[in-house]
Amino acid sequence: MTTLRRAPVMSALPIVLTLVAVALLPAACGKSGGGSGVTTIQVRGSDTMVNVAQAWAEEYTKVQPAVGVEVSGGGSGVGIAALERGTIDIANASRNMKPEEVEQARENTGQEPREFIVGFDALAVFVHMDNPLSEITVEQLADIFAEDGKAVRWSDLGVSIPGVSDDTIVRVSRQSSSGTYEFFREHVLGTKDFKLGSRDMNGSKEVVELIGSTRTAIGYSGMGYATSDVKMLKVARAAGEPAFEPSVENTVLKAYPLARSLQVYTLGEPQGAVKEYIDWILSPAGQRILEENGYVPVNPGGGGA
Amino acid sequence: MSAVPLTPGGGAVERRPTRSTLSLLGERVIEALIKLSGVSAVIFVVAIFFFIFREAAPVLWSKDFHILEFLFSTEWYPTSVSNVRYGTLALTVGTLSVTAVAIVLAVPFGLGAAIFVSEFCSPKLKETLKIVIELLAAIPSVVWGFVGLTVMSKIIVTLTGTAVGVNLLNGGVILALMSVPIIVSIGEDALRAVPDSYREAAVALGATRWQTVFRVLLPAAKNGLLAAVLLGVGRAVGETMAVLMATGHAVHIPDGLLNSVRTLTANVAAELGEAPAGSSHYRVLFLTGVLLFWITMVVNVAADLVVRGIRRK
Repeated sequence: MTTLRRAPVMSALPIVLTLVAVALLPAACGKSGGGSGVTTIQVRGSDTMVNVAQAWAEEYTKVQPAVGVEVSGGGSGVGIAALERGTIDIANASRNMKPEEVEQARENTGQEPREFIVGFDALAVFVHMDNPLSEITVEQLADIFAEDGKAVRWSDLGVSIPGVSDDTIVRVSRQSSSGTYEFFREHVLGTKDFKLGSRDMNGSKEVVELIGSTRTAIGYSGMGYATSDVKMLKVARAAGEPAFEPSVENTVLKAYPLARSLQVYTLGEPQGAVKEYIDWILSPAGQRILEENGYVPVNPGGGGA
Repeated sequence: MSAVPLTPGGGAVERRPTRSTLSLLGERVIEALIKLSGVSAVIFVVAIFFFIFREAAPVLWSKDFHILEFLFSTEWYPTSVSNVRYGTLALTVGTLSVTAVAIVLAVPFGLGAAIFVSEFCSPKLKETLKIVIELLAAIPSVVWGFVGLTVMSKIIVTLTGTAVGVNLLNGGVILALMSVPIIVSIGEDALRAVPDSYREAAVALGATRWQTVFRVLLPAAKNGLLAAVLLGVGRAVGETMAVLMATGHAVHIPDGLLNSVRTLTANVAAELGEAPAGSSHYRVLFLTGVLLFWITMVVNVAADLVVRGIRRK
């Protein structure tokens, strides 16, 4: 009887001890887990650059096995915001950092953001393959996308799309954290806002996919994302001026109106592994990967900087 | 193991002082832990509301923010360079309309399935169905979003001939698919909780199976069934990832099932990452969270009142 009565009391103590031990375990592990041999570089930002950044990261582990590069997207604004907080090593951005963002980074971390131009990209305007349109002016784009723009139907632009009964223009845009979104607004809409009701996709690839499955759609994305279901339009600065297609040549010559630079940002002058990584990106090997992903290298034909 | 009662007196009396400190300590610790987990729900709700509101509050007194514009304007331009406007009406309507579509689709299906599983099918089929339904409930929302984006959107385009497959209908169908398993499993529990004597009495009175279900079981289980529907609706209102991917994410008050919409939750998910901490945009997004909090609270309180009303009758 005595032993029976004692049993529950005695068994409670180990349970309590185990509970306490389990609760403490993760904390102990967290402290000791930092000292592994691999250095990790955290990269975040532009969705436009996420494919090429991933390709760089994969190739770099072959060049430098002791360094791991972790890449995530989210948009240029997301990357820059993370850099301002000092939580990442490198921010990818398909637009330039704004003065207030530089100020914020200085305030939070006490360091000056440093910019490296790693390549160029042409922002292509895409329509569905069946759309007969082949060129467009920046002014017409503003008419379609801007808040007070008048073009609502394709017939407003004198275009008739075969096999479509409702020719309302389906505008495909990007979420507001995207550098592509900001670049398009700045270079096409000026200070105006986007017309509400556009489909705001969360990635460069989604834009092209939606346009590829929608005959009446028009949208913008990096030219590296072109597929066989969509068509890239030639773009003219104004009516009557020549229209240029988004190509490596036209981007370098600045003839294409929607060309932009791609950059990476670090906090302060990069050191050690981060510096080596950026140097490698700018080397012929890194620039070749950029070119394979459909972008324009910093120094085309000549290799690295 | 605690089935043996610790009775005072008896043979253990002389040993008690030696182990009572340990046993008391152990018991106190466990009791405190259990009490803490009980109270923690309340603490969490209050703390969450407090922190969200604290982040949001400063914007309420800022001069470029007007509460009426926030609630009743459809113009959402948080990052405009010329004229910033924070109107969430289109987003609120988006959330409510997607939820409404989901309820219309999910409630009849969910309750029907619950009745079938509980009352009409064979025990073997019942076990299989329950396992499959629970599996359905375990699918992560991002997978549902993917289904909406790729499979459902193509089906909708083929069936309706509309231009864009990611729209209100798509989001509603996906949310309905997500809430049906919850409605079924909780609704089935509620029906099973009705004592068998009710069924026996109904059969003894000569009621058919349908009469038993509609006249006896549904009225007897209505509280539990309402809870099932509410939990399903709760999932629909709060869902983020799936609706972000399936609704088309367009700021627009829908005038039909095939329009793209944007919901409050999806908007926060898409924009909070880039909004600079402490900016008006950031605070307005937190205020959107407060608005969502109020919407769910109103729904819950209303449902609670309805349940009490039913009980009183």
